[in-house]
Amino acid sequence: MNESSAVVRVRGLVKEHGQGESRVRAVDEVDLEVPEGQMLAVMGPSGCGKSTLLHLLGGLERPTRGEVWLAGQRIDTLGERALARMRRRSVGFVFQAFHLVEELSAAENVELPALLAGRSLREARRRAGVLLERVGLAGRARHLPSELSGGQRQRVAIARALANQPLVVLADEPTGNLDSAATLDVLRIFEELRSAGQTLVIVTHDERVAATSDRLVSMRDGMFVDDTRLAGSHPRGLGGLIGLEG
Amino acid sequence: MQDAVLAMLAKEPSHGYVLRARLRQSLGPLGESMNPGQIYVTLSRLEKAGLVVCERADGLPERPDRKVYALTPAGQQRVTAWLTEVGWPKPDQAEFHLKLVAAAAARLADPVELVAAQRRELLRRLREVQQAILAEPAGSKALLLLEGVVLRLQADLRWLEACERAWSGADDPRVDDSRVDDSRADDLRANDLRADDRVEGA
Repeated sequence: MNESSAVVRVRGLVKEHGQGESRVRAVDEVDLEVPEGQMLAVMGPSGCGKSTLLHLLGGLERPTRGEVWLAGQRIDTLGERALARMRRRSVGFVFQAFHLVEELSAAENVELPALLAGRSLREARRRAGVLLERVGLAGRARHLPSELSGGQRQRVAIARALANQPLVVLADEPTGNLDSAATLDVLRIFEELRSAGQTLVIVTHDERVAATSDRLVSMRDGMFVDDTRLAGSHPRGLGGLIGLEG
Repeated sequence: MQDAVLAMLAKEPSHGYVLRARLRQSLGPLGESMNPGQIYVTLSRLEKAGLVVCERADGLPERPDRKVYALTPAGQQRVTAWLTEVGWPKPDQAEFHLKLVAAAAARLADPVELVAAQRRELLRRLREVQQAILAEPAGSKALLLLEGVVLRLQADLRWLEACERAWSGADDPRVDDSRVDDSRADDLRANDLRADDRVEGA
């Protein structure tokens, strides 16, 4: 793999929580490269370190050791302000609990990151309109989060994550609070993002989300124990999945 | 398949190609692998069994498929019986379970790695079905069937997770000490195997 094509690259990544006796290693010597346009799913039991890994990739936490690179720029050594700027401009976050601003409408939530990144109100509005359309919520732009269903709130959160055309979207259990139909809506959006070449890293318990991705890594005790490419396998036809003989 | 074809004839006598089209519509992408002649094979079996009768319709002479199939009273009875029957496909976990037990006992293979390989295979299938769902138009009858296949695969994947936990002996205080020691050694070997697997994935 050409290193310059990796949007996310980490080397020897270690993250320890706590001090002395109670010290726990949440991420244990992880190496990872996510090439541009890849949709990567990270699975593993609770407490395996997958959320911590995601936070490290997005500069929400700093590693104890190791390097984090985003599109050729090393981010773990950046100062606080530079790191915050990098997060706003280059990373889109999607969380299980949506984390929308409850006092703002759907459109205003989506505008916010663009405004914080210094874009004009006009540009932020235009972009929010496009993005809400893209997630199928153009008709809900003026609604407050409390007036939306869980699935709709998550779609707003995805639109918000895309506001600054991030290099990578990092999603932590994006379907964890959603029913089957809402999960499918989110998967449909991820699939569209994937075909548009958006790089995505998704931490998930949901096999459906994992199966939509190009590649799946499994984590156990802070380490990768499996790395599987799902895309590009030869389809054998769906007929074999149901018994129709006779 | 025989029962389903019979039940479709309960509405009205029908041409084979009409039955085939209705089947295809209900099955969506899952019916794509259906052999074009399969419906006729099924119908002729049903005819031999006395469950349907075949009449030549006064259709257009150039039409090759002029046969109209209808239920016989025996066919009607069988449809009624089929509708009230509560038989269900049996899940077949036993074979895989025995494979793991045998592999571990004879040290033929690492059960944890067998589980991982099985999991990859099911995830690939899940991916195929998932993509079929995303490609299916809204309101398609086949969506519900595809959803059923997804749920079944998810259940199987969760069971494999339980297998993985049990056979790796991790975080399970109920496993006795000798087993834990064995499985630790297995884990080390499993890690070596997994390193090879990454190459396969690329």
